[in-house]
Amino acid sequence: MIGRDLLSIEDLDRADIERILDTADHMREVGKRVVKKVPTLRGRTIVNLFFESSTRTKASFEIAGKRLSADVINFSPSSSSLNKSESILDTARTLDAMDPDAVVVRHSVAGVPKQIADVLDAPVINAGDGAHEHPTQALLDLLTVRHEKGRIDGLTVAIVGDILHSRVARSNIYAFGKMGAEVRIAAPPPMIPAAVETLGVKAFTSLREAIDGADVVMALRIQNERLSGTYLPSVREYSATFGIDREKLKYAKDDVIVMHPGPVNRGVELSHDLTDHRPSVILDQVRNGVAIRMAVLYLFSGRRQENEQRVELGSTEKK
Amino acid sequence: MTSQQPDNPANTSTPSASTGRRVVMDDVAIRRALMRITHEVLERCEDLERLYLVAIPNGGVPLARQLAVNFKQIADVDVIVGVLDTTLYRDDLNLKGERPLLRETEMPSAVDDRMVILVDDVAKTGRTIRAAMDALMDFGRPSSVQVVGLVDRGHRELPIKLDYVGKNVPTQVDEVVRMSGSDGRLEGELEVVVMPGEPQTAGEGR
Amino acid sequence: MSDSRIWIRGGRILDPAAERDELGDVLIEDGVIAAVGARLDASDAEVIDAKGAWIAPGFVDLHTHLREPGQEYKEDIASGGRSAVAGGFAAIACMANTQPVNDDPAMTDFIIDRAKQDSPARVYPVAAATRGLEGTVMTEMSALVDAGAVAFSDDGKTIMNGGVMRRILEYSRLVNAPVITHGEDCHLVANGVVNEGPVSTKLGLPGNPAVAEEVLVVRDLILAELTGAHLHVAHVSTRGAVAAIRQARERGVNVTAEAAPHHLTLTDEAVLGYNTNAKVAPPLRSMADVAACREGLVDGTIDAIATDHAPHAVHEKDLDFTEAPPGLIGFETAFPVVLDLVRGGELSPIELMRRMSTNPAKILKRPGGSLAVGAPADIAILDPEVSWTYDPIKGYSKSRNSPWAGQTMTGRATATIVGGRLVYDVERGMLYS
Repeated sequence: MIGRDLLSIEDLDRADIERILDTADHMREVGKRVVKKVPTLRGRTIVNLFFESSTRTKASFEIAGKRLSADVINFSPSSSSLNKSESILDTARTLDAMDPDAVVVRHSVAGVPKQIADVLDAPVINAGDGAHEHPTQALLDLLTVRHEKGRIDGLTVAIVGDILHSRVARSNIYAFGKMGAEVRIAAPPPMIPAAVETLGVKAFTSLREAIDGADVVMALRIQNERLSGTYLPSVREYSATFGIDREKLKYAKDDVIVMHPGPVNRGVELSHDLTDHRPSVILDQVRNGVAIRMAVLYLFSGRRQENEQRVELGSTEKK
Repeated sequence: MTSQQPDNPANTSTPSASTGRRVVMDDVAIRRALMRITHEVLERCEDLERLYLVAIPNGGVPLARQLAVNFKQIADVDVIVGVLDTTLYRDDLNLKGERPLLRETEMPSAVDDRMVILVDDVAKTGRTIRAAMDALMDFGRPSSVQVVGLVDRGHRELPIKLDYVGKNVPTQVDEVVRMSGSDGRLEGELEVVVMPGEPQTAGEGR
Repeated sequence: MSDSRIWIRGGRILDPAAERDELGDVLIEDGVIAAVGARLDASDAEVIDAKGAWIAPGFVDLHTHLREPGQEYKEDIASGGRSAVAGGFAAIACMANTQPVNDDPAMTDFIIDRAKQDSPARVYPVAAATRGLEGTVMTEMSALVDAGAVAFSDDGKTIMNGGVMRRILEYSRLVNAPVITHGEDCHLVANGVVNEGPVSTKLGLPGNPAVAEEVLVVRDLILAELTGAHLHVAHVSTRGAVAAIRQARERGVNVTAEAAPHHLTLTDEAVLGYNTNAKVAPPLRSMADVAACREGLVDGTIDAIATDHAPHAVHEKDLDFTEAPPGLIGFETAFPVVLDLVRGGELSPIELMRRMSTNPAKILKRPGGSLAVGAPADIAILDPEVSWTYDPIKGYSKSRNSPWAGQTMTGRATATIVGGRLVYDVERGMLYS
């Protein structure tokens, strides 16, 4: 995997995913030590290129890189309209000149990490692009479920919320699907994407039907812009029809777990008490986020060219 | 000071005609070596309560566990056993085509003020022991560190010594020396084999 | 050797206006076609060997963007004209969404002048239907037609106000010029950039639904029926629009329509991988839509092929998918791309030529599309078999935004004659001064 890009879950196969999860399990242990640092990526340069602001994901990647002793550089091109027009090519070329070992990209428009990866030699890790994918989020979600349930095959996972605009939904649909779970989505009709069955899910407009017998219920964040009356009439109506509370959870399995990528709109997607207490596993998700990102940086970073040269050298060296 | 296992018929290496594979230590020999090492440690170590066996996976794990059983049997002492994966401390990560798989780490006790004994199956270049020491230092400040190697095959590249050796096995530098279980895993009966060289893979070069 | 005489020898003559498809020669003299037939004899003429090639009327493109005045960095009338003749086009109609907009006779004059000086292809300006393309006040159609405008259109934008569109259609009857509609309901499009469907869902990009086009086209067809005006539907891309146009025709509505090579051959899958050079408005659609447009072109519901040549600079296309402007260049790839319909057996060569020259000329009410004796000598010599690799950097347009960049194409224009002058041939390049 060294030098490969991580642009989407869609491009990964089950073996890749398992490798990342297994590696992340070991990285979790590092986070439990007193000295939470290993020298593995010492002196490597990791660039966080976050066009879209994000405190959590950026911090998570930064901690992950630092725990591996890498030098993490944060680039946040401002989102002023002037800078919006800076060409992808120019940004990528500027970065390439710094010889990074990995570039983590987040952007509000789908496709930008791919456009950058097409030009950059260093591996590109997609930290979220528009409504397209957020691979590390889905991976940490898989890890969390694996810990809770011991497996993913045969589970029923229900994803609830604004599926149309959600990259977390798409990545999770692919991720849980590839690992053998049955995935369902529930959303108000305007928020169900066109031809969504082609992604391999069953779509419901009734929350109750979607979470019936579910092992995992994942609530997505409703962005305030959506509440302007175009896709949804009001917060109140969304919360009444699709918000999750203990009452509605009764339709799911007794040992159901509740997940959310955060930050939670308390009282909207999840009731107050569900946000902070079992069966919600939101904090575990966050913890697993650092471990997954450490695993991803460990497995993918390193420049392809350099790696090939070194493998040549390596074959003549004696160990 | 290292000790030597005197040659005896039970330990003559038996070449296998078909693959060039020879067993240099069978299960009986390994058990005897571990028992002898247990006695050697007891001889040198005064304060058994401070002992901490730290196994380097994968091979060191069954060996350390057996040593703990031996200590209990001979001296009635419960010696703590930890497992410390050194993969993240390797110096050759960037020479490999793929990042090596990580292994388990479980350190039930702090290392501060303890007499740590690192346990590994096969020692060659000394790099794995060097990596283990770096990892250990990140866990704390042991009062001393010693090393048990079941097999010392020579070809050091770093100034690393083994304090306790099961057997010295002279080898060609490109031969492969591996400890394995009878069913391919590290359970049940163990043996150490020497095989002809193969292309370098992750896990080699220790 | 007199260069006012050209003798094109031994080609397959395709004249849709005369329903003629036979081997023979064409003789040109003093800017017009002097003779057409088998084995003519012309001494003292420049000879063009057309063995194995088609001799067809020069293509007429109803829909192009030449970007002059205002955005000459991406294209101008000169470079656009050159790219056009390199693709076999003898005449092109250019849209009004320049900077400033062509909504004024002085601007129309300017374009015509420029074209006379710098363009090897004939250029027919399409003037704006509303002032500044703002969609509210109609332009002075009579003065614009006098200045040389051939049609009216707010293309690039849609006239969203039905009342305004109605009055424009009514008024256009005064000057007898077609009103060209760019049908996209902007509220249904919203911020859509890719055809709404499995591809937009997979890519996570906002979708532009087919109904955005259908709704507007149906509205304009009803208004055309009401007013009796000549409505021309630009870049048809959806099966709903094709069906509506077919029905309207049957009812006797005065409607004509065009489709672009890309909507006849590429689906929305061309956008996978976020290729901004496949971002176009209206967007590339589904297989079913492409099939319907092809059927419509074959049965005459769609009269003409028009490229919608829309150049954009490299730095403009090199932005994220929502920021990159829609459009692709099309002159030099049009013929090999639409030849697919002949290779697939859907159209005969002469029927393809009808849609590339005779019908568009008729819609614009300009000469062209005919190889009759006495007709202006606008001729394209086409090799339908030659295999070549399309590299837009080597092309004549200033821009390179093509989804076919780097692909192997079969078929090419090998020489173009405009008004009796050989302005381009594939060996020597541009030949006019």
